[in-house]
Formats: sequence, C-alpha cells, structure tokens
Amino acid sequence: MSPERRPVFLERRSYRRRRIADAARLLPLGGGLLLCVPLLWRGGPADGTVTAIIYVFGLWALLIALAAFLSRHLPGSEEGGATGKDPGERE
Amino acid sequence: MTVLNILVLVCLAYVVLLFAVAFGADRAARRGHLRWLRSRLVYTLSLSIYCTAWTFYGAVGFAARSGLEFVTIYLGPTLVMVGWWWTLRRLVLVGRTQRITSIADLISSRYGKSNLLAVLVTILAVVGTTPYIALQLQSVTLSFAAVAAFAEPGAAAAPLSEMKSTALWVAAGLALFTILFGTRNLDANERHHGVVMAIALEAVVKLFALLAVGVFVVWWLAGGIGATAERIAASEISQFEVSGGRWVGLTMLSAMAFLCLPRMFQVMVVENEDEDHLRTASWAFPAYLLLMSLFVIPIAAVGLERMPAGSNPDLFVLTLPLAEGQGGLAILSFLGGFSSATSMVIVAAIALSTMVSNHIVMPIWLHYSGGAATVSGDVRQVALMARRLSIIGVLFLGYVYFRVSGGGEALAAIGLIAFVGVAQFLPALMGGLFWRGATRSGAIAGLCAGALIWLYCLFLPSFGPAVLMSEALHAAGPWGIDWLRPHALFGTEGMDPVLHALLWSLLANTGAFVIVSLLVFPQPLERLQGAQFVNVFDHSGTPGGWSGDMAQSEDLLIMAQRIMGAQEAQAMFSEAAVRQGVSGYLPEPSPDFLQELERALAGSVGAATAHAMVAQIVGGASVSVRDLMAVADETAQIMEYSSQLEAKSQELARTARQLRQANEKLTQLSVQKDSFLSQVSHELRTPMTSIRAFSEILRDTDDLSPEEQTKYAAIIHDETVRLTRLLDDLLDLSVLENGQVNLNIQSGTLEDLLDRAVRAAGGETDRFAIRRARSEERVDLSTDLDRLAQVFINLVTNARKYCDADPAVLTIRVGRAGDQLTVDFSDNGSGIAADEQAVIFEKFARVGQNKAGGAGLGLAICREIMLRLGGDIAYLPGQKGAAFRVSLPQVAPGASVAPEQSLAES
Repeated sequence: MSPERRPVFLERRSYRRRRIADAARLLPLGGGLLLCVPLLWRGGPADGTVTAIIYVFGLWALLIALAAFLSRHLPGSEEGGATGKDPGERE
Repeated sequence: MTVLNILVLVCLAYVVLLFAVAFGADRAARRGHLRWLRSRLVYTLSLSIYCTAWTFYGAVGFAARSGLEFVTIYLGPTLVMVGWWWTLRRLVLVGRTQRITSIADLISSRYGKSNLLAVLVTILAVVGTTPYIALQLQSVTLSFAAVAAFAEPGAAAAPLSEMKSTALWVAAGLALFTILFGTRNLDANERHHGVVMAIALEAVVKLFALLAVGVFVVWWLAGGIGATAERIAASEISQFEVSGGRWVGLTMLSAMAFLCLPRMFQVMVVENEDEDHLRTASWAFPAYLLLMSLFVIPIAAVGLERMPAGSNPDLFVLTLPLAEGQGGLAILSFLGGFSSATSMVIVAAIALSTMVSNHIVMPIWLHYSGGAATVSGDVRQVALMARRLSIIGVLFLGYVYFRVSGGGEALAAIGLIAFVGVAQFLPALMGGLFWRGATRSGAIAGLCAGALIWLYCLFLPSFGPAVLMSEALHAAGPWGIDWLRPHALFGTEGMDPVLHALLWSLLANTGAFVIVSLLVFPQPLERLQGAQFVNVFDHSGTPGGWSGDMAQSEDLLIMAQRIMGAQEAQAMFSEAAVRQGVSGYLPEPSPDFLQELERALAGSVGAATAHAMVAQIVGGASVSVRDLMAVADETAQIMEYSSQLEAKSQELARTARQLRQANEKLTQLSVQKDSFLSQVSHELRTPMTSIRAFSEILRDTDDLSPEEQTKYAAIIHDETVRLTRLLDDLLDLSVLENGQVNLNIQSGTLEDLLDRAVRAAGGETDRFAIRRARSEERVDLSTDLDRLAQVFINLVTNARKYCDADPAVLTIRVGRAGDQLTVDFSDNGSGIAADEQAVIFEKFARVGQNKAGGAGLGLAICREIMLRLGGDIAYLPGQKGAAFRVSLPQVAPGASVAPEQSLAES
C-alpha cells in the first residue's frame, strides 16, 4: 500500500488546498505566540490593562476571522470543497 | 420575601421549560425530524458547557483579583478550536469509527482494550470532577443567598442549613433530569438529543444574560465605551502585571483541560453527529468565548468602584444589577448562572456515569453473573440501572463534598485544580493518537505517576493545611526530606502552586509514558489498535481482529440480545445475513461481521467489555496475519503473499461450509420427497382400502340391516372427506406456488384475528396456555384475513401438538421491525434442532417421525401465504423453545383499493 506512486508535483488546485491545510495547522501556533506579546510590556504605562484588552481581543477576533476563512476552504467539506473550487473542476 | 418568591417561581418555570425542550427534542428525534437537532449551531452551542458557573460568576472575580489574566481560561480552548485540523478532527473521527463512549473508553480502546486503564481513567475523572460539581452547587446556593440577602437587607445572611437544603434540592432536580433524558437509550452512539438541545438553549441564556449585564454596566452605569476605558484605567486592575509563567501556563492548562475534561469529551466527540460540524465550531465557538469574556473586565472594574469594600467580587454579575435596583436584570443574570451550573452538572454526570457503569460496574457484574444466558435484554437493563445509580452517586458525592468542605474559599480554587487533574489524560491521549509506539504499560505508568504527583502536590493540600496532610509534612516534607515538600518539589521554591503541580505532574507523566513505552513490547492487539488510531485517515475500513470459524452465530445472537435488546439485535443480525446473502436470521460469523458486532456492543458497554464478551464466545481473540500486515506495512512482500493465502483458505473453508450445508439440505429434501411420496401413497391407500372394502360389502351382502348400511356408508363418506382434505392441501399449495390465488382483502384488527385463530385451534386447556399482550395487538390490518388466520391457526395448532413441555405455554408477542409488523409465536418446549430448522418450511417436511400424522404441508402453505401477503414467516433462533416470526405489512400489497371493494360487496 505504501509504495504506491505519489506525484512529485501537484496541480494548482490541490497545491492550494495543501497550503491551506498548512495554514490551518500554523494558525494556533502563530496565535499562541502573538498572545504572549503583552508579556513583554511589563512595567509599561499605567493604563496597560486597557491597551492589553484592545490587543488581546483584537487578536482574538482576527484569529476567529482567519479560522472562519480557512474552515471554508479546507479540503473535505461538501460545500467548501466542491463549490469553492468549481472553476478548476471544469477542465 | 416577594423577590425571593419570584426568583423561585422563575427558576421553576425555567426548569419546566428545559424539561419541555428536552422532551420535545427527544420526541422529534424519535420521529426522525433530525435536521434541526443535528445542526452545526446546536453542536457549537453544546460545546459551551465549557463555561460553567465557575466561569460565569468566577471570571469577574478572577478579573477583579488579577486583571486580564482571567482571559487565559478562554484563550486555551480558542487555540485548540482554531487548530482543529491538528487534533480535534482526528479525535472526532477516531471516536466515531471506533464507537467510543467516553474518554476512558477511548484510552482503553487505543491501548489494546485494556480495562485496567479504563478503570484508572474513570477513577481519576471521578476524583477530579466531584469537587467541580460541588462548586456548581455552591455557586447556585451562593447566588440564591445573595438575592435573598438583598431582598431582606435587615435579616442576617441566610443560615448555612438553608443553603445546604437549596443545594440538596438542586442536586436532586439535576439527578432527575439527567436520569430522565440521559439514560433513555443505552447506546452512547444514539445521541442524547434532548440533553444536547437543552444545553444549547442554556448556552444561549447564559450568553444573553452576561451580555445584558455587560451592556447595562458599560452604557448605563459607566456611560459609554470611552468612559468605561477611563474607569478601567482608574481602577485597581489598571496595571497589566501578569506573570509570564501563569499567562502561558494557564493558557496551556485550559487548552489541555478542554481536550481532556470528560464532559467536553462527551459533547465534542461522543455527541458529535458529523465531523463537518467541527468546521463551523472551529470559529463559532471561539466567537462565543470572545463574547462571553468581552464585558468581564468592565463589570469587574465598575463593580470594584461601586460596590462596598469587602463584597464578594465573584458575585458582581448578580449583585451589581441588584444594587442598582434592576430586579429583572438580576433575575436574568441569576438564570444565566443557573444555566451554566446545571448544564455542566448534567453533562458531567452523564459522562461519568457512562464511564463508571461501563468500566467498573459492568465488568464486575459480568464476572459474577458468568456467561449464563438469561432473558434477552437483561444486560441492557443492568447497564441502564448501573448508569442511573452512578448518576445519583456522582451527584450525591458532589453534594457531600460541598457539605464537608463547607463551601468556603477552598472550593473556589478547585476549578484549576480539577483542570490539572484531568490534564493527566493528555499524554496517553495525544500519544495514542499520534505515536504508534505508545503502549499500554507506558500509558498506565504515565497516568499513575502524574495522578500521584497531582494528588500529593495539589489536590490533598487544597483541603487546607492540617486537614488531610499534616502541618509538619507541609513544612518539612515527608521524613524531613526537604526537597519532597508538596509545594516545592526538588526545591522549586516560590512557584505558583498550580503551575508547580502542572509542571511536575506532566513531566513525570510524559516521562514515564515515553520511557516505559520505549522499553516494553506491545501485544498484537495494542499494535493493531495503535495503527487504526494513528492512521485513521488512511484506512477507515479497518481490518477485523476475529477469525470466527468456530463461532456459533446463535450464541452470538443470544449475547447480543442480552445487551442490545431482542429487537435491535435481531434487526442487526438479519441485516447482516441479508448482506451476506444468507437466508434466515443468522449470518455467517465472518471476521467483518464479528468486528461490526463488537463495535455495536462497544457503543453500549464500552470497548473493553464488548471485546471480552465476544472473545468469550468466539474463543481467544486472534490477530490474523492480515491484521498484523496493516500494523507492519513495512514488512516484506512474502508476508503479504502468505496473508493472502490465509485469507483465501479461510474464504475457501467458508465456501466449502456453505456448499456442504447446501448439499445436506438437498439430500435431506430428496429423502423427504421420497418419504413424502410413500407417505402420500400410504395416506391415499388407507382410505382407499377401506372405501373399497366397505363398498364391496355393500355391493355383495344382501341382508344388511338399514343401520349397518348407514354405518358403512358413513365410513366411506368419512374416508373420502379425508382424501379430499389431503388433495385440497396439495392443490392449495400448488395454487399458491403458481401465484394464481386471488386475495380477498378485508380490514380488521390483529386482536380479533388472533382470537379467532386461538378459538379455531381449540383454545386454551389445562395443559396448554397462551400468553398474549392484548394492548400491543390493537393494530388495524388490511389484508387477506382468512388466509392470515389460516397461518395463525396452523402455528397455534403446531405448538399445541408438538410442544413437549408440561404445561405448554405459547407466547404471542407483537412488535415492529421497520415498516413490517411482526408476530412472534414462541413456546417453551425443546425447540427444533438446528439441522431441521433449515427444512421445516419446505414441502413434505415433518419434524422427526412424529405421531400426529399431518402430511407436512402446513408450514409450507403458511410460507406461501405470507409471501403472497407481502410478508414472511421464519424460524426465530435464540429463543428458549420453538419460535416462529410472522412478519407482514400492515396493508397488504394491492390492498389500496380494498375499502371500496369491501364496501361494494357489502
């Protein structure tokens, strides 16, 4: 089963999908790192909490938006997988 | 007093609403309206049981004490959900393909279906969750007391005994709800639609409540966003001074707990309907968490500013609206907290009870009751009862913990302590999903090491100094060894206790897990399961672990009936038989079927028990060469070849067995045909002889008295009647077989028909009793009633004639299988031998060489009639005596025009 031949290069559509899956894997790592940034602000201005709130919640919203975008384009879903990529399938 | 009364009323109304929603959802599910229940939205909302009362009330208190740090509790799950492609997708897929019932089941199933491991996980889960349930009870009673204190400012704070009785009532109500809707069905893979729906509703209520309080605080009390920011900047928590260790550590801890908490596992994996729902939840659930925490800091800041010093910040969400005279808002907020507490307790109780009953109670019960086959469905009853008792037990433990701990500050800290406890599952869980080298011994070693350190460093000290651990032990360590002090292992002085315990327990856990896994050699079943879990995306169609040549299908059916209930088991077996192309109810015990059966049983009693039960019947679980091939796909071609040979030879053996069966059947038929011919000749000859003899007497004897003449004529007449009846039967059969029969469709009830059949067959006598359940029989039929009655009469007469028990009891049971009505006739005799079961429906077949000489046509005619009526009749194996199942559609094919016809005729 394992020695089945796998193509070295992928067509454009599958290539895109793989990179989207990569992005989905990296998203929590990147998010986790960015969430640590406020730790470097210690001893900052007196209203540190307000700034941190804006930063953390902004980043949070961004993560949600990115996750929503990726979830539509990740392979495997009936809607996201098929309808998003219809133009390519015509060939 | 009135406010309190209103509160109680509102609470009761809310509970009634929850019951109604759960009941409605269950009913809709049973009727097949599943679209709404299975939606992504409901799945996402059900995940919100992560937000318990501890987060609903406690987040504000947490924020008031340490600022933005509270948000880490939500950031961890957010990162896990956003990273669903890594772990959750795999977890959910494994859970669905292996029919996993709980996290203990998953871990035990991965490591060779080891029950020891399941027991360990279960115990740790119970120890970790009980205080958490106590915490929920505490939060409900505290919030109740807070409202009461506001309602009667003069009176002293509610006495403790009153609080305890509140907690008792809440616990009892929750137990009732959970038992009603959580143990309706045994198979964990049949989802608890009612519970999930109620939880989704509660999720909306708590979010709405928190947002309402937040909007009130920001735009009403503080005067807009800008003004709120100024107030935060002016408050005690303006300085952002979060320790890096706690920030990162708590984020990681909450992420781990999110994956490992039994209740999260229940809603996320067990109740999951479709992997695709994760796709939506991956962003929608983080959005839910964001909204839940959006107003926490503003509420904390405004609360700190407005509320009198010394008031409990944990209750700001409730006391702020109360202090501002907003009674309605306060009640809404109370309901939010109530929702958070109840939904957590319900799901946690379901998850724990499943684990306790499947991994502790059932194995013990099976061990002591042995393999003795008793009534079908008895195991199912025991399992359901065990689950109900476990629910009561878990809630009672939570209540006892609440009373013993006195509901003080110690309890508030338990949330994070419980998180660390369940995080001990993580190495075994993740190792099992991603690393094929993980072994059972490794998992056991890791779990034990981690759990012990957690108990020693965090859980036992959490009861306070000198309660469970002596003061001296605390200060100087055991035997005076300085670097074994519970809060400073290896001299790590000054660390946050939670982080300290998390660090050391997980280090020890992972270390032991990895090292032991590297050292030991796994058993074949472990390797097989490991490959299936790790490569879940590659081969979803997994190889079976059984070679069932000597397995007795009938024994398997008896066992399955005990666990799944008679109807479900029979449906599953006959479906498999149809798929294999075998007639009757018993499929071939092929490896695929055995695997399927084991999975189905695992859905009810857990993987380990199901495996043990199948092994009991089939013999030792054998891992075939083909299965090992899947494990070691790097092995050489030659093994592939030999595995193919093995598969081929097994297939050949099976085919040979089938051929032998067919051959036997043919030989038997031919013998029967011969014997029938001689029988018919004999039957024809006997009356013929007497007819001839008596007609000769009549012809040749002159001086016969009139009496003698009448007597001889009567004998001749009787004999001809007998001949005619035999010929009628033969004719009837051939007409039926050729399909030339016209059905006379009428309407009537099954009850009347059975009455008629029983009467015609001679009714009940001292030695022959008939048991019926009349309420089931009130079914309207539209079919050829006369023909159907003929079938019933035949079956009743047969039971009367052939049942050898004394007294003979015939049980008639009516049921449903799909859109067919089933009527089972089972007696308590010795039944029909297996080799004869195959031919009883053939023409000329007669069981044994028995006394009452029918021609052996009755059952053959019955079968032809049933086929004409669009149904069937079959022998039902696995009952105590002889049993026949008649299945028929309620409306016979071609009966749609029946009403007009019968009207026209009348």
